Amino acid sequence: MKKKYSYLLTIASLLVFFLFIHYAQTHFDAYVLRIMNVAAIYVILGVSLNLINGFTGQFSLGHAGFMAIGAYTSALLYMSPELKAVNFFMKPLIWPLNQIQIPFFPALLIGGVLAGLMGFLVGAPCLRVKGDYLAIVTYGFSEIIRVLFNNLQSVTNGPLGLKGLPTYTNLWWSWGWAIFTVFFIKRLVESSYGRALKAIRDDEEAAEAMGINLFFHKTLAFTVGAFFAGIAGGLLGSLVMTIDPNAFNIMLTFQIVLIVLLGGLGNITGTVITAVLITVLMEWLRIVESPMKIFGLRIQGIPGMRMLIFSVVLMIAVLFFRHGILGDREFSWEAVGRFLKRFSSFSKGEDQK
Amino acid sequence: MDWTMFLQHLANGIALGFVFGLVAIGYTLVYGVVKLVNFAHGDIFMMATFFVYYGIVLFSFPWWLAFLIGIFLTALLGILVEKVAYKPLRNAPRISSLCSAIGMSFFLENFAVVFFGGRQKAFYRPEVLNKTLIVGGVRMQMVTVVTILVCVGVLFFLNFLVYRTKMGLAMRALAYDFDTAKLMGIHVDRTITFTFALGSSLAAISAIFWALRYPQIWPFMGVFPGWRAFTAAIIGGVGSIKGALVGGFLIGMISVLLVAFLPDVAGYRDAFIFVILVLMLLFKPTGLFGEA
Repeated sequence: MKKKYSYLLTIASLLVFFLFIHYAQTHFDAYVLRIMNVAAIYVILGVSLNLINGFTGQFSLGHAGFMAIGAYTSALLYMSPELKAVNFFMKPLIWPLNQIQIPFFPALLIGGVLAGLMGFLVGAPCLRVKGDYLAIVTYGFSEIIRVLFNNLQSVTNGPLGLKGLPTYTNLWWSWGWAIFTVFFIKRLVESSYGRALKAIRDDEEAAEAMGINLFFHKTLAFTVGAFFAGIAGGLLGSLVMTIDPNAFNIMLTFQIVLIVLLGGLGNITGTVITAVLITVLMEWLRIVESPMKIFGLRIQGIPGMRMLIFSVVLMIAVLFFRHGILGDREFSWEAVGRFLKRFSSFSKGEDQK
Repeated sequence: MDWTMFLQHLANGIALGFVFGLVAIGYTLVYGVVKLVNFAHGDIFMMATFFVYYGIVLFSFPWWLAFLIGIFLTALLGILVEKVAYKPLRNAPRISSLCSAIGMSFFLENFAVVFFGGRQKAFYRPEVLNKTLIVGGVRMQMVTVVTILVCVGVLFFLNFLVYRTKMGLAMRALAYDFDTAKLMGIHVDRTITFTFALGSSLAAISAIFWALRYPQIWPFMGVFPGWRAFTAAIIGGVGSIKGALVGGFLIGMISVLLVAFLPDVAGYRDAFIFVILVLMLLFKPTGLFGEA
């Protein structure tokens, strides 16, 4: 299939998708909309973590920390001064922040940029530590962020968190960003930078010997990944309308890691699919925790069962599906074409080149 | 701040240091043999307190028997964790076993939430340990004294086990050179099983003392002691028993003294521990006593 056709097909399917979003935004009920928004946010998180963990092979557990930075920064910028005054009743907010208010989009961007900056700072030591030590350093970083946000009352309102945030996030914002993330990271990993990242993942020493700048490329992956995590954090904050510093804990990072593992390290298509599936699954599993009736038998809901099932899925994914659900197959129009051709032997679809 | 007050805090710090030290030794032993950070160690620590709790509450064992059974069950749990989560991945990339360890930790926590309940439970404290000793004006809880005495005993036993027995020799050989040791006819599986059992029972002993000191047990109680002990193991140099103990002391002292003397920044204590951990990994990953 010619390249031109796949562009056209991509644009056409995007148009169809946005029409669907337009329809969904006005017709679906709030609960479904919320799940769809959360799914988009997990797509952003999964794909951006996959850039660091899957494509570059730097195992990071810092995503929750980057999200927290993005969520707090953007919220403190787009909240109105009155709302801030209501929130910060224990200790007033420090000076410049308590006066300013800027629109949602620039606030989100600034949150992402700050998270990206932090990603650079965390990524920089990657040259010194590797493997599981790197994972621990990044986890330590996200815990430091969490404890700091719990204690810096005059900036973050401490453990009380931020409440009553305005809801800006809708399907346009969340899926718009999700699609942008997927395209950006896909373009990035297919560029020469992306080839360098994969080379670093496969053999760091050989890559360095070939003249690849390790420092630049590793920090690039961390900065870009953290930027999108920050954006996702900002979107999430405005979606759920509250920001609790303790929500950005290791569990959140594990959920994203599970998405990346099941989707396949270095597989964008798989990550997008599992991000949506896991979000729906986690919602659907809420049934387990609420009382239900089966054949007249009343079964008590078991609190915590959802997370137990989740951790069992995580273990099964690690032990048995180490290459993800799709292996190394990626979505492309060529692959769809080949599939259709095989599917119907007398295919009249476009010729393949 | 007078002198006796300081000694009192010092005694608490030493007792806490021993507790962290024993958990850190568990990390270090396992890392030495299988080169794996056992993230589930803190949760094995938590499970131990629940085993003891149910031994006393459900089966009404006398406390000393419940303690012993708890330690035994925890050792079994450690072996089980190794068989399920780590053994199948022994030849897989490091990242896989790391994920598996994290998943196991997550699983144990959620298992405890579902089957033991998320609410805090009161841990039984024997009457004997409720007394307060006064030595030269320094008030010390009986628990503190017993913790120190028992831990010293355990350390002597551990020293004997690791440096004077065949199993200890096998462990050290595997830690030194896994493949060569295997070629020399060392039973790899048996030795690894033993290491996990030993590490887990050390975690159980320290968990019991932890619960006697802070008698509230709940599913996530293992997380922070686990991380502090891990930091202790890193400070001492992963793989070194002596180092783990020294690291445990440092962390114990910092935990107690920071709260005692600088209560304003006590909220930052955990951040402080993680800052130490990160700096240590960045600038001296071999720790104080570790080998490169």
